[in-house]
Amino acid sequence: MSGPQNIFQLAQRAMSAQSVRMNAAASNLANAGSASSTEEGAYRPLRPVFAEELGSASLSGVRVEAVRRADVAPIRQHQPGHPLADENGDIWVSPVDENEEMIEMLEASRQYRNMVEALSTAKQLMLETMRMK
Amino acid sequence: MSEGLFGIHGTALQLRGQRMEVLASNIANAATPGYKARDIDFSAALAARDTGMDTGQAGAAAMRFRIPTMPSLDGNTVEMGTEQTAFAENAVGYATTLEFLRGRIETVTRAIRGE
Repeated sequence: MSGPQNIFQLAQRAMSAQSVRMNAAASNLANAGSASSTEEGAYRPLRPVFAEELGSASLSGVRVEAVRRADVAPIRQHQPGHPLADENGDIWVSPVDENEEMIEMLEASRQYRNMVEALSTAKQLMLETMRMK
Repeated sequence: MSEGLFGIHGTALQLRGQRMEVLASNIANAATPGYKARDIDFSAALAARDTGMDTGQAGAAAMRFRIPTMPSLDGNTVEMGTEQTAFAENAVGYATTLEFLRGRIETVTRAIRGE
């Protein structure tokens, strides 16, 4: 896929990359504390990986290269009464750090807003150029 | 023809537009690991334009990597404050150049009409 050809495409791609990031953080928060009966079955946080994408002339956009699972070990808890407990009475809880996810979300929203701001300024200037006669 | 009519302002407007794209790229890549922020040295680009390059080449020749005040661990050198300030400064420059062009066109139109 070719890179962005103008400032509008650049902004659009950057904004969708930030939404992917925000969705991933939201999924992680939703799954904070969810339990599983096996270590493999436990939820691991999603992390989008951003990569630079060269466009025409001086533009370089951003794309989501992959959404990977974070390599963190689930937390083992001894809860024999839990319906999902294995034969040892253990459950595996997803290792989601709520603070980290909140910060991730905050940063994504700030960067999204910055891009919108830059885009609206660029649009304004382009319209002024168009109106000149 | 346009060079004679608009003087430096035609070139300046094109360079401002190019610089706006570069700065928007930096803002878009604020979270990309390993991304190196770039900027166009405006006066260097104008000087390069005088040596006979076209505007696109002049902009590319005056492209510089930004030196970060505090490099981050993932190798990204975008600093939001710096980029936003540069973007605002560039937008004001663009609007100013546009105003100069508008004045010039008005003058010439008046001369043509013979008012």
